[in-house]
Amino acid sequence: MKATAWMGKDTVKVIDVPDPKIMNARDAIVRITSTAICGSDLHLYHGYIPAMRKGDILGHEFMGEVVEVGPQVRNLRPGDRVVVPFPIACGHCTSCQRGLYSVCENSNPNAGIAEKVMGHSPAGIFGYSHLLGGYAGGQAEYARVPFADVGPIKVPDEVPDEQAVMLADVFPTGYMGAEMCDIKPGDVVAVWGAGPVGLLAAASARLLGADRVIVIDRYPYRLGLAREHAGAETINYEDTDVLDALNELTAGRGPDACIDAVGLEGHHGNAAIYAYDRAKQAVRLETERPFALREAILSCRSGGVVSVVGAYGGFVDKFPMGAFMNRSLIMRTGQCHVQRYTRPLLERIQRGEIDPSFIISHRMPLADAPKGYKIFQKKQDDCTKVLLTV
Amino acid sequence: MDRSDEVLLPELDGPEPTALLPRALGWLSLALGAGALAAPGPLARLTGVDDSPAARAVIPAVGARELAHAAGLIAGRRPAGWAWTRVAGDAMDLTLLGRAMADRGGERRRRVALTTAVVAGIAAVDLVTAVRASRAHRARQRLIRMELAVTVNRTPAEAYRYWRDVENLPRFMSHLESVRAEDLRRSHWVARGPAGRSVEWDAEIIDDQPNRSLAWRSLPGTRVPNAGRVRFVPAPGDRGTEVRVQLRYAPPGGALGRTVAKLFGEEPEQQVRDDLRRFKQVLETGEVVRSEGSPDGISVRQQVMQRPAQPLPAATR
Repeated sequence: MKATAWMGKDTVKVIDVPDPKIMNARDAIVRITSTAICGSDLHLYHGYIPAMRKGDILGHEFMGEVVEVGPQVRNLRPGDRVVVPFPIACGHCTSCQRGLYSVCENSNPNAGIAEKVMGHSPAGIFGYSHLLGGYAGGQAEYARVPFADVGPIKVPDEVPDEQAVMLADVFPTGYMGAEMCDIKPGDVVAVWGAGPVGLLAAASARLLGADRVIVIDRYPYRLGLAREHAGAETINYEDTDVLDALNELTAGRGPDACIDAVGLEGHHGNAAIYAYDRAKQAVRLETERPFALREAILSCRSGGVVSVVGAYGGFVDKFPMGAFMNRSLIMRTGQCHVQRYTRPLLERIQRGEIDPSFIISHRMPLADAPKGYKIFQKKQDDCTKVLLTV
Repeated sequence: MDRSDEVLLPELDGPEPTALLPRALGWLSLALGAGALAAPGPLARLTGVDDSPAARAVIPAVGARELAHAAGLIAGRRPAGWAWTRVAGDAMDLTLLGRAMADRGGERRRRVALTTAVVAGIAAVDLVTAVRASRAHRARQRLIRMELAVTVNRTPAEAYRYWRDVENLPRFMSHLESVRAEDLRRSHWVARGPAGRSVEWDAEIIDDQPNRSLAWRSLPGTRVPNAGRVRFVPAPGDRGTEVRVQLRYAPPGGALGRTVAKLFGEEPEQQVRDDLRRFKQVLETGEVVRSEGSPDGISVRQQVMQRPAQPLPAATR
């Protein structure tokens, strides 16, 4: 089959690999119909996530048709149309039973190395380094889906791929980012990052009853999507000081909740501050560029929530712990526990409450994946989200 | 945790036993030393060196040295080390006797020769004693002790039942090729070795407390003595079972020792931790979880040389 493989820093290729086969009794094989490139795939592309090997198949946002199931999979059969959550979760450990699917205790075969880096191991993730399991990803013609009796959900025919594939990662991730804000009537929610997750976090904050949503980014076309599809006010951090603007918009209170939908490869309006963290990251004195996180902490109203759904991999520098502690802030975070959200969010799509496909800017065949990575990386042609069709 | 019955290989893990032979040699040294100091003249005549003025000075010195051996061997904490001092003393005595024999003839030469023969005999006993005492000490030093635990989201009874069927052990202990139950207590274990070499032993269950605890050990005579205990403790709240494992094994020296060391890799604790993680996977999910990069499931050893995360070629399945 054809598959998109990581071939080194800033290089992906579509290569021929063997077709996947059932390896565990609870596996299914899915023939992929639609798969997307995630912002977090760019962290792999840029070489910021350790433990990648040349030839690793990328991709953790995918859906398709079940073609084969293992003997223990009783909820699916060949022909079912399914969308697959990006964290791999067994459904039977204590974490899964508490709904914390992205920290499944059993799904990372390389938990031993992950523990050395993170203390304890999170769940395995499709196509996301050997630290997180060494699972082949879904930017391919077929994928093996472990624990197929827990993760994938069937998608009704009337929901198109473009909407359903958003349930694999970005919509639940954005939604969880908003849900963690514990939104109450009158709340103002600020979102750093107008990429797919930030835009869907902003839209979700609206769904969950936020009074006002403010989105911060530097790309006018993305801020336009935030205004148009999430009813957000916007701040371009290249034009304005974000703290001043947020204080102005909230009459000095600060947002009640702040969502970091940027993660480890942030940018900063001040060239000197950007250069400082970029240089430290380049020589691995820190592994992240946490501008959004710092700003979110400084901006948030005292006692408010900082919700982190942007991806981090290692260590941050100049973490404003003084502000965080002295102002009674709350931080909530996590890779999305997608399995919790797929059904309720599919229902919201079916009820017409939201159409998450508004974030898709580019559609191209799987064979063009290298081009997709390049234009997404460079934000060329107003790129927000690349959907690969198979 | 109750530590009273933690001694799983008492011959290797208990207090160091009193070594009888080194002690006996200590008493011999005491007698010789006392004799040499109290009656150097008769001793010189007996050994055929009474014609030498130097001997009258050397014999009490040898006696004093013997008393030092005696003190170490009888009262010392490590008789093994002191047995080697006796071997060194023997070498010194044999050198002196060799020189004495070259200078003499007749009856004196016969007596020196007889003395040399006796000292050589004692030297042989000293050497064997020293080698054996050192080996025993090194075996105790090589003994590997591990105590690790994992929490499994199953009841103690379920976890106990799976472990009690010892034929299940190779499903999660990656270094085991097979375990065959001979009867309810005895079993035959085969461990995978590098380059196709395997290590086998017989084991028996020495303590069986259903749903609570299980202990086993290799039968005497095995080349790799080993023992283990696993406890199944209800975790607080509704958190399943804390599976607490203690393992002891005493790899031999030499080539077999190196094979056994490779079995357990450079980080034996990590391997047992992986075994426990597999135990948890099998109990909670039904089998060992595999990925394309780790097709054999958890193993820190193979994680440094992972294959790319893409489906296996058909030929290797």
